Amino acid sequence: MVHMTLWPRIEPLLAKVQKPARYIGCEDGARVAPPGPGRVGWLLVYPDTYEIGLPNQGLQILYEILNERDDARAERAYAPWSDLEAELRAARVPLFSVDTHRPAGEFDLIAFNLSAELVYTNVVNCIDLAGVPVRAADRGPEHPLVAAGGHCTYNPEPLADFVDLFVIGDGEEVVAEITEVVGEWKASGRTPGSRQAVLRELSKVVGVYVPSMYDVEYDGPALRAITPRHPDVPARVEKRTVADLAEWPYPKRQLVPLTEVVHDRLNVEVFRGCTRGCRFCQAGMITRPVRERPAEQVRTMVSEGLKRTGYDEVSLTSLSTADFSGIEGVVAGVINDPVNCGQVSLSLPSLRVDAFTVGIASQIQQVRRTGLTFAPEGGTWRIRQVINKLIREEDLYEAVESAFSQGWRRVKLYFLAGVPTEQDVDTLGIATLARACAEIGRRHTKSPQVTASVGGFVPKPHTPFQWFGQNTVAELTRKINLLRDDLRRERGVTLRWHDPKATLAEGIASRGDRRIGRVIEDVWRAGGTFQEWSEQFDIGRWEAAMARHGLSIDWYVHRHRTEDEVLPWDHISAGLHKDFLWDDWQAALRESGVPDCRWTPCYDCGVCTGYGIEHVVASAVPPAGGSQGTGQDLTTGGRVPVALLPTRAGVAS
Amino acid sequence: MKVRFRFAKQGKVRFTSHRDVARMWERAFRRVQLPVSYSAGFSPRPKVSFGLALPTGAESVAEYLDVDLTEAVVIDGLAATLTAAMPVGVDVLAAGELEAGSGSLQQEVTSCTWSIDVGGLDLGQARARAAGVVAAAELVVTRERKGSPVTDDIRPAILSLAEPQPGSSGIRIDCELATQPRGLRPSELVEALGGGLLTAFRHAQWIERDGARWEPIPLPATDATHEKDATHDRSGPGLDRAHRDTRTPATGGAVDHPAVDHPAATVGSASFS
Repeated sequence: MVHMTLWPRIEPLLAKVQKPARYIGCEDGARVAPPGPGRVGWLLVYPDTYEIGLPNQGLQILYEILNERDDARAERAYAPWSDLEAELRAARVPLFSVDTHRPAGEFDLIAFNLSAELVYTNVVNCIDLAGVPVRAADRGPEHPLVAAGGHCTYNPEPLADFVDLFVIGDGEEVVAEITEVVGEWKASGRTPGSRQAVLRELSKVVGVYVPSMYDVEYDGPALRAITPRHPDVPARVEKRTVADLAEWPYPKRQLVPLTEVVHDRLNVEVFRGCTRGCRFCQAGMITRPVRERPAEQVRTMVSEGLKRTGYDEVSLTSLSTADFSGIEGVVAGVINDPVNCGQVSLSLPSLRVDAFTVGIASQIQQVRRTGLTFAPEGGTWRIRQVINKLIREEDLYEAVESAFSQGWRRVKLYFLAGVPTEQDVDTLGIATLARACAEIGRRHTKSPQVTASVGGFVPKPHTPFQWFGQNTVAELTRKINLLRDDLRRERGVTLRWHDPKATLAEGIASRGDRRIGRVIEDVWRAGGTFQEWSEQFDIGRWEAAMARHGLSIDWYVHRHRTEDEVLPWDHISAGLHKDFLWDDWQAALRESGVPDCRWTPCYDCGVCTGYGIEHVVASAVPPAGGSQGTGQDLTTGGRVPVALLPTRAGVAS
Repeated sequence: MKVRFRFAKQGKVRFTSHRDVARMWERAFRRVQLPVSYSAGFSPRPKVSFGLALPTGAESVAEYLDVDLTEAVVIDGLAATLTAAMPVGVDVLAAGELEAGSGSLQQEVTSCTWSIDVGGLDLGQARARAAGVVAAAELVVTRERKGSPVTDDIRPAILSLAEPQPGSSGIRIDCELATQPRGLRPSELVEALGGGLLTAFRHAQWIERDGARWEPIPLPATDATHEKDATHDRSGPGLDRAHRDTRTPATGGAVDHPAVDHPAATVGSASFS
């Protein structure tokens, strides 16, 4: 196959589009191995804009690992914005890599990162732009294999028609095994009929799911079974887990883009996994157990990364960074490093809600002390026990007090609406908390800004809430209106909310089965790309497609599932026992919380015991300030300090 | 101490914006640990001031910026050190200390010389229209400004306009356009000629003072001779691979990301006079 760059054909198109810098590559740190018959070519695609996709750490890690191998090479691509897509289609130029601007169809694998369900139509669009048949069944040996990884693959079924193979779990090790299998296929000359054979071979790699190797049986609207077609194809696909992050200090050369992107800073992953057990949180369930990176390695990655990139901000990433055992030492190390001259700021993207955390934040944000974000998620202590986010009112108020007293002027609070057992008193509790936080702020600053950001809850596979019927658009809208009315005259609080219609579309894709593939294809054909962007989103396309295929939104989204029901992702294993999830769902309905198992006895969710791996946590005791009920007095959870009760006349509570 | 840098922006990197380039400089300063002064206050920013923004998509061998340093540094070799810290396609051509009290680039620069590639016109049309513009006493255009139409005469801003020539893509027009009192962008000139802008290349920025023209880098600059010589010697920044390889040594069979695919011909034609 001729390896050629499309750049001379792309360059004139870039003069006609917005933000052309997102299509040129040239990032510092970008380097790819040369193409050649001895290397399996991977095109790693983030199916959203460059600004959103470039910082993705998972993609950057695999990009480096593959380019370090002598049997592989990897380049990157991102979804072209609609203006460039129109130019590409008019000029008959296919999807291209940003590294060397080679056509996507020249690669052996086109591998998508799936971080959110609303990008599914972009996946289909990118396959089409690559010049590859969108349905896997229509592809021949001349076409690349289409792969997908990332959190959304824990329910791969909605994309099963379009994706040849899914990778479940951590990708660091399995990409090597896939490369070897695909390398043999490539060396054999990809003969007619060999595509099925290579896919069957790939289905035997642990962590790889090949949907075409499975039969799906239905019983009316219900799913009866998903079973392998061949005896050597596993009935259940187990996730991959990297046991020791210390062996994977990636990215070593984080990409520095030439144009502005989200999270435009050095990012260092301090641990993977989370056992706080928040019942709504898919990430916390599917990434267990907790695996910390050694503090010394974190320090090295931070100081070398800052030196190499020239960034003035570093983010320590994880699902709850204040829980990192080495947090204080790492923070002190960065601040006191004379090389940083006091100009480097540190950010913790996921703050725990307590004063200890704010203390750390104040230590590190000497400069640019603008806003802090907390996620209490629920408005009342009762609902926070249901969702297992065991934050007491005191914790939140102390954190907020601490933030405003130390110079912050803006506090952002994240909440969920539409969680199980939610009553209006819980919804209105969001307003009460936000109002109290603004009141605390007024003691320290003239015009404190408290933003309450409310997202509609979408139940996710492999969580205790996977059986729960999602709230309707009407119900979510009613709850948002309750809050709007209640906060209308509160000047210190700004209410933001997520469009309930987008929440519905996410719900269709989140727990859909293989039949939802036709819906995704229809929405794409009707022009529905970039569904996370409100200006491009239209729920009408989704409703019309569901109706056209005789599928009920109520059945797929709003219905409570039963214990004995076959779920579309039952053949995919995150290591969690289904009866653990069911028991935890029942505990939620009893308003009973579960502590963090990092520091308390194991309650056998199934992951550590099933995979023979363990938490890698340096500290034997919970962090100062406690964590998720450990080291905390939960009997006082819902008590609101007297000083914070509403005092102004006319304030409804 | 205040230092002025002259740099080139060529190849794929031409699609970055003025703001993107500013951020590249900030990162490069930190990477080479140049003692840049920061503003005081809530959100400290490095004290850097850029000259006239280069339109996104245009190339140049005559971009400038001034930076305030907290302490004196050795100018010798600084341009090369910074080039190594910049993306492929951005090359620092010269550095020089600014005398105290020097005016800002925005205030001082009076004109720029450009080569512009124009599409949508044949050579005969382009020559006739250019001749018409040169002969005209005024050239009134209407543009949108803050939502309402503004009419003004751009003829005084066209200081020279050479006869259009066949170019590597479209028609090549060399010209000098004023930057004040009313600055004229290449795209506006092309629009007035009835064509479409393909690319623009800035060769020089000029300061006219007391009847003489100067380039903004104070002479003698320590590590650049004259910009044209510098351009020729380098045979185009995008082709400067040897230097790049020393910065990021290839390991494990990997090679650096591709050098700028810009045709050397364009760089060669940069010797505008």
